[in-house]
Amino acid sequence: MSIKYTNDHEWAKEDGGVYVIGISAHAAEQLGDVVFVELPEVGKTFAKGDDMAVVESVKAASDVYAPISGEVVEVNQSVVDEPAKVNEDAMGAAWFVKLKASNPGELDEMMDEAAYKEFAENS
Amino acid sequence: MTMNSTGRPTRSDNAAATDAPTFTGNKALQIEEALIFEIGDFAGTGVDLAEPEAREDRLGGLNRNSDIGLPGLSEPETMRHFVRLSQKNYAIDMGPFPLGSCTMKHNPRLNEKVARLPGFADLHPLAPNDAVQGALEVIDTLAFWLKELTGMPAVAMSPKAGAHGELCGMMAIKAAIEARGEGDQRTRVLAPESAHGTNPATAVQCGFKVDGIPADKTGRVDLEALKAKLGDDVAGIMVTNPNTCGLFERDIRAIADAVHEAGGYFYCDGANFNAIAGKVRPGDLGVDAMHINLHKTFSTPHGGGGPGSGPTVLSEALAAFAPIPYVVSEEGKFHLVETRRAAKAEGDGAESFGRLTAFHGQMGMFTRALAYMLSHGKDGIRQAAEDAVLNANYVQARLKQEMTVAFDGYCMHEALFDDRFLKNTGVETIDFAKAMIDEGYHPMTMYFPLVVHGAMLIEPTESESKRELDQFCEALLSLSKRAKSGEIEFFQAAPVHAPRRRLDETVAARKPILRWTPENPAEAAE
Repeated sequence: MSIKYTNDHEWAKEDGGVYVIGISAHAAEQLGDVVFVELPEVGKTFAKGDDMAVVESVKAASDVYAPISGEVVEVNQSVVDEPAKVNEDAMGAAWFVKLKASNPGELDEMMDEAAYKEFAENS
Repeated sequence: MTMNSTGRPTRSDNAAATDAPTFTGNKALQIEEALIFEIGDFAGTGVDLAEPEAREDRLGGLNRNSDIGLPGLSEPETMRHFVRLSQKNYAIDMGPFPLGSCTMKHNPRLNEKVARLPGFADLHPLAPNDAVQGALEVIDTLAFWLKELTGMPAVAMSPKAGAHGELCGMMAIKAAIEARGEGDQRTRVLAPESAHGTNPATAVQCGFKVDGIPADKTGRVDLEALKAKLGDDVAGIMVTNPNTCGLFERDIRAIADAVHEAGGYFYCDGANFNAIAGKVRPGDLGVDAMHINLHKTFSTPHGGGGPGSGPTVLSEALAAFAPIPYVVSEEGKFHLVETRRAAKAEGDGAESFGRLTAFHGQMGMFTRALAYMLSHGKDGIRQAAEDAVLNANYVQARLKQEMTVAFDGYCMHEALFDDRFLKNTGVETIDFAKAMIDEGYHPMTMYFPLVVHGAMLIEPTESESKRELDQFCEALLSLSKRAKSGEIEFFQAAPVHAPRRRLDETVAARKPILRWTPENPAEAAE
């Protein structure tokens, strides 16, 4: 399954039955050097659009919203320990959490790569 | 050679001259000052106290058995250390302080004189009411004028800063909702995306969930989007007016009505009251609670006098929940209502939510604010608001030639620019701000509000003369032109004339060094 994006610059990608969530490379670039990441605890459940994580850069602090509803099954402690990773590899190694989706249909409401690219360029 | 308006060179042509090393590291009056731990002698002390005569301690063997590692300096050394540090500081007494959303206005010296009168300055907060009638009268008189200026029936004087005033207002709202038996139901607070960060933080602190309201194309609250978010789970709304884009919320009455109709309360963030003081009464706009930053609107900004003080005015609906203590006057005599029981006896079923601070608020700020109000008078306060708005519009109109205004039309007390004018120059808002330091200015507020890309928020206040504003504008216009003409290296190197060059903010945030450690640990402990 391909990668999907939200208006708020989160991405989600299916991986072995769960969904990997992160922030887009465009968002990381706009934020500038990321200096702090706060992730939720494993086992916490979120509805789509809930505040799920916090990312802070030298410019701004932003909430990261849950792009889909679900339960946190894994968090990426390495981005908490080394926030710089978000700037280096936002779309890969610097994923934030893995969610067990309670309503995978929500993914259909998200943008695909091409639509997000256009959205990001015009925002 | 670059000349300023009076024909003097603004930069040295000889780059080596500014970099010429000196033996001490000092550059004339710019002294390289080390940390106090690095100049102090851990064995010495600045005061000469005689060793006490034979005495018996009662510490039960818990005596300290090593030195505490505090530096010992003589009085002149100590004084010089702090004076030298203070001279590296930019202050409103040195030049314009254009920080948007901060109202960094001049602090008239009269305020300081009045605040230092021993009858005010030397009071003890536990002094009996009879002994402090004058101070209580000051609090009561100031409270009267704050109510008068805002058109609100009650005011809580004790909050100690803007965010503390927000807490006071939101606690009153929470108490009112709980008194209605809707505490479990009304859990959501609405706040615009351009809100001060303290607004959502305060709401969360009070146990509410925050829901953002998008801005419309003109930079104001999107009324229809707001209405769509209202419901019987909404406790209230927190709106700044004029807002952080420097714009007056034209739909403010409709916003208030919609929120009230939905059973919620209207908290107004009064940080920008300076733009409307004496012109608009928030009570007439349907506001239920609003803090007033005495330390902004009524002078004495950060670093220009005293600490913060954020009295919070309350509407009829919230007045009964005001915190204790407060001052009551009876036949020319003043007394403090200090307990909830006394508050209940005093008013008609008053249900104070309790005590917010240990004592009665920031007395020093009360005297300064009242001195400011009485010396300005009714017409003076109104004129200050008008001049602040005029100054901001003057700056906006002049800078518009080279810089891009975020929202069209007149602004209120602050002018908001985005970074479109820097597009494709390679220069970013932060580089522009750093170059302003070289020109001798404290930068404006950067990257806030978040709704505007690369925001630069300039609030000149009424304190600045036209001459001062002109020089400020000329400096910014010149920087804009240099950015557009491709002088990217100049901007990325800035500041070059500051005591320190550009700091690595990323490392400072990621790996902060929060305390001094001696190079040789034994040295400090010896």
